[in-house]
Amino acid sequence: MASTIEEKPRLTLKERAAKLGESLQGSQAWNSIFRPGSIFRKGYTDSPRNRSYVIMNSVLYHLHPVKVKRHAVKVSYTLCLGGLSFFLFILLTVTGIFLMFFYRPTAANAWQDIQSLQTSVTFGLMVRNMHRWGAHLMVLSVFLHMARVFYHGAYKAPREFNWVVGVILLTLTLLLSFTGYLLPWDQLALWAVAVGTNMMGYSPVIGSQVRFVLLGGVEIGAETLLRWYVLHVLLFPFVTVIFLAIHFWRVRKDGGISGPL
Amino acid sequence: MTEIPEHLLKRAQAAREKAAAESGAAAQSGDAGDSRIPAHLLERSKAAKAGGSVAVADKPSSSVVAAPLDGGVPMAAGPGGHTQRLLTVVKSGSIQDVKSEPVDKVHTWPHLLAVEFVAALACTTFLFLFSWVVNAPLLQAANFNQTPNPSKAPWYFLGLQELLTMFHPMIAGVTLPGVGLVALMFAPYLDKTVSNRPEDRKFMTGMMTMFLMFWAVLVIIGSFFRGPGFNFTFPWRDGIFFEL
Repeated sequence: MASTIEEKPRLTLKERAAKLGESLQGSQAWNSIFRPGSIFRKGYTDSPRNRSYVIMNSVLYHLHPVKVKRHAVKVSYTLCLGGLSFFLFILLTVTGIFLMFFYRPTAANAWQDIQSLQTSVTFGLMVRNMHRWGAHLMVLSVFLHMARVFYHGAYKAPREFNWVVGVILLTLTLLLSFTGYLLPWDQLALWAVAVGTNMMGYSPVIGSQVRFVLLGGVEIGAETLLRWYVLHVLLFPFVTVIFLAIHFWRVRKDGGISGPL
Repeated sequence: MTEIPEHLLKRAQAAREKAAAESGAAAQSGDAGDSRIPAHLLERSKAAKAGGSVAVADKPSSSVVAAPLDGGVPMAAGPGGHTQRLLTVVKSGSIQDVKSEPVDKVHTWPHLLAVEFVAALACTTFLFLFSWVVNAPLLQAANFNQTPNPSKAPWYFLGLQELLTMFHPMIAGVTLPGVGLVALMFAPYLDKTVSNRPEDRKFMTGMMTMFLMFWAVLVIIGSFFRGPGFNFTFPWRDGIFFEL
């Protein structure tokens, strides 16, 4: 009897793992997730063909072509500023979502929520710091990105319209930062926004109406906090994402980033 | 007439010679069954060669539909053992006129993605360390009855607030920034020059530098050189009245 049991040799752990991996990669679920030709289906060895497949068979193909001009990958040309602005936008979205779990946009709770976020939430202070400094850094990087593009003459044909989209994105970045400035509901936030919105009221014809709509009243108050919260976490990010999509699409359609000087 | 490339002429010549040699050999040995061309076609081809090319031109398709001899594939052989004829030569230049110069390109993976990854990593690291060391400000809870002195806008609007000290609010807060923004948007439509070499665009780079410096100086003055009552101070004398 013993001999019949021992007929099949016991698989080693490595063999079992390999077998499991094989059955996983052969499963319908796996093959539905990864496209044919994906490096997660056929493995990766360095070859020009596989280098193309990394982009072609992944979501990155929406962002990058398979090949780019050699000078375009020089860090000294772009300084990575556009990419870093987008990366900071993602970082701010992630940290912002974290902050939303602990924040109520009401005059009675807002400041208290930030206070307890900093003192009694794990990593709360850290994430708030990253969100705040990241926002300032994003304003700076978007601004520098614009300067870089201008000094390289990269706004010229056929990229004129993408420059316009870029200026809109710069404005949206400032608006995102400014609306977020009010949310801690401390003295700094309140009076900085008071100064900023006072200027808005001087716009000709529609100035006072726009100010009324944005503030939810004649003066800053509890209504303003809710409005700016919705603008900050929903409306402006939504609009920004749409313009980002147009911006990135146009970069590729206009022939990649501008040529060497 | 189109000029026929030399290599095609040579190839045709070689084929003609080979066919002639084969038919000559077949005729010498008298063993027609060896050849894969049906006997009656060979006869006709010989007759055509002898009597002129009229017979071939009359029925060009007869050779194509020739029945196989012993169940083999049907052979399509013309006179002289030709299996195909050169109808015309299309020169590459006339149909594919390549105008664009090849561009020196590299693969996005790994050359661009690796750079982007490192940049993102460096940015995250910097932000993480900075956030570890420096805390974001959180002053007293908002109080409508207590206006801090000075009250300052966020730093990127301090240039505008600085302008407010010089102009009417409508000029400083609306007209100037509005004109600046519109001018920025229309820059590519106003600047019609094509070259992007710095030496060819001294005017535009000069304008832009002045524009950027104008705002930078205003922001720096507004941030560090304005104290209580938004009056001019020196940061080294009265301290800094500035929160990020």
